[in-house]
Amino acid sequence: MAVVVTIVFLLIHLIPGDPVSVMLGPDATTPQIEATRRALGLDRPIHEQLLKFYVRVLQGDLGQSYFLDRPVTTALRERAEPTLVLTFASLLVAVLIGVPSGVLAGAYRGSWWDRTLMTAALMGVCIPGFWLSLNFIYLFAVRLGWLPAAGYTSLFVDPLGTLRYMVLPAVSLGFNQSALIARIARSCMLEVLAQDYIRTARAKGLSQRVVVYVHAFRNALVPVTTVIGITMAILIGGAVVTEIVFNIPGLGRLIISAILRRDYPVVQGVVLATAAAYVLINLAVDVVYAFIDPRIRYD
Amino acid sequence: MTEAQHVNPSPGRLDVPTLSVQTRRPGWVRRSLRNPSVVFGSLIFLLMVLVAVFAGALSTQSPTRLYPANRLKPPSAQHYLGTDEFGRDVYSLVLHGSRVSLLVGGVTMFLTSLGGILIGLAAGYSRRLDPVVMRFMDGLMAFPAILLAIALMAARGPGVANVIFALSLVYMPRTAMLIRSTVLSLRELDYVQAAEALGRRDLAIALRHLLPNCLGPLLVQGTFIFAYAVLAEAILGFLGVGVPPYIPSWGNVIASGKNVIREAYWVSFFPGLALTLAGLSLNLLGDGLRDTLDPRLRLQS
Repeated sequence: MAVVVTIVFLLIHLIPGDPVSVMLGPDATTPQIEATRRALGLDRPIHEQLLKFYVRVLQGDLGQSYFLDRPVTTALRERAEPTLVLTFASLLVAVLIGVPSGVLAGAYRGSWWDRTLMTAALMGVCIPGFWLSLNFIYLFAVRLGWLPAAGYTSLFVDPLGTLRYMVLPAVSLGFNQSALIARIARSCMLEVLAQDYIRTARAKGLSQRVVVYVHAFRNALVPVTTVIGITMAILIGGAVVTEIVFNIPGLGRLIISAILRRDYPVVQGVVLATAAAYVLINLAVDVVYAFIDPRIRYD
Repeated sequence: MTEAQHVNPSPGRLDVPTLSVQTRRPGWVRRSLRNPSVVFGSLIFLLMVLVAVFAGALSTQSPTRLYPANRLKPPSAQHYLGTDEFGRDVYSLVLHGSRVSLLVGGVTMFLTSLGGILIGLAAGYSRRLDPVVMRFMDGLMAFPAILLAIALMAARGPGVANVIFALSLVYMPRTAMLIRSTVLSLRELDYVQAAEALGRRDLAIALRHLLPNCLGPLLVQGTFIFAYAVLAEAILGFLGVGVPPYIPSWGNVIASGKNVIREAYWVSFFPGLALTLAGLSLNLLGDGLRDTLDPRLRLQS
């Protein structure tokens, strides 16, 4: 975490571009610029800024946004909900499509099912998510008028509305990942089905159904869980583009506008939140491992 | 490919017997060509290259000329794929857009491979450099790739060279990690230790004995990086921080189509289709090469 924080801080500050000139506009005078730089602490040497940044982060203070007129932590809290809803909804889509299709394709290797699903998965990997979003908007919002084209309502105000707004973004963001999960779930199934104990189970006269769902499925899940963890990380990045296409006021749009305006504290805040999310996800994945495979123990 | 190891006493240097590892090129080329996804992928890719080269001859009008009177015309015999909001011919735009995509993809693949080889070999072979370099790479990879690219583009401004620079920097850690892990496993093999015992210099070992065995994974990775770069270029263009709008690129055209999606689906549909096709060809090629070059990798991914 500390390494990530430092690298992010340095990267952002090493990238040329000055927030003050963006803030004050082209008409600002030199003394004005100097005064603002001093007020923001940008005139201090970079190592001093970094040190101050560490101390504040440890106190849970991410600083004040240069442009939004509020503390970064407040901005994060306001914008977190749509992104969280979007990410989890997409993950749900990805897992619900990906795992069953991968397991089915793996269990009936070489069958019509396998070939159809894997062709679909290959297409799924290649179709750009943002283009898929646009096609969805055209088909379901413009032509059919079934779903809203863009926007968001809070889960706490109108849950049903949230659902309507989230269907298209979640499906277009989750689709690529479901293809990835399907391919991996299939190869895990193939690997597990080649094991000796599966042959034993078959030799006992168990049906294909019992062998696949009772004996193989659970063991194939362990590597799949790792991939789901990685998927989650990819989804957070992908959410940025999806939020722009669907005009969703989440963290993704926050960080894009912050990057373009050099709003350093906000960029740092969002990245820090993302890094923390990565750590939490990895922890969750480890816990799930132990749950799926009782042989895995953490002491 | 390790089955091709053999002692090769080179005639020029009789003092030190040279161990060399050769990949049997004709062998893997022939094997790859028997793989349907390699054949199919290369055919589409070849087609794309031809389209990019002959874009000028194939297009029906200049992709940059504006005909405001002709705006948002649906696909017809005159405009095969319709026109955009400025009256530009979408068919010609898509043809010319392939140039930017191939250029960005190809150069990014080359630069990431080069940087990845240097960093990966150094980190994999030198126990002192390894932790420092790898922590730095971890840090770069902790930042979602597309955000880092956007930040770099915001700092350097639009332009083809800047897109290539940003994407190369963003994707290089992946290649470096791959080369490093390949080198780490190769380093323990007998033939490398034999070369060490013979007193060959580190650089010679790295270049003559380690690098050739990294080329297979590198080629596969390069194909996928090509695909990522083509896609990322389009995303940057779509977000308005990529190639400047007056250069036709798939991302830019899709972005302009987004504003008129209610009236004219074709503006963003066809460039996206081209983008999907490009991704498909590269993914097929990468999958196929991976299967033929290293069957062991098939299960892991």
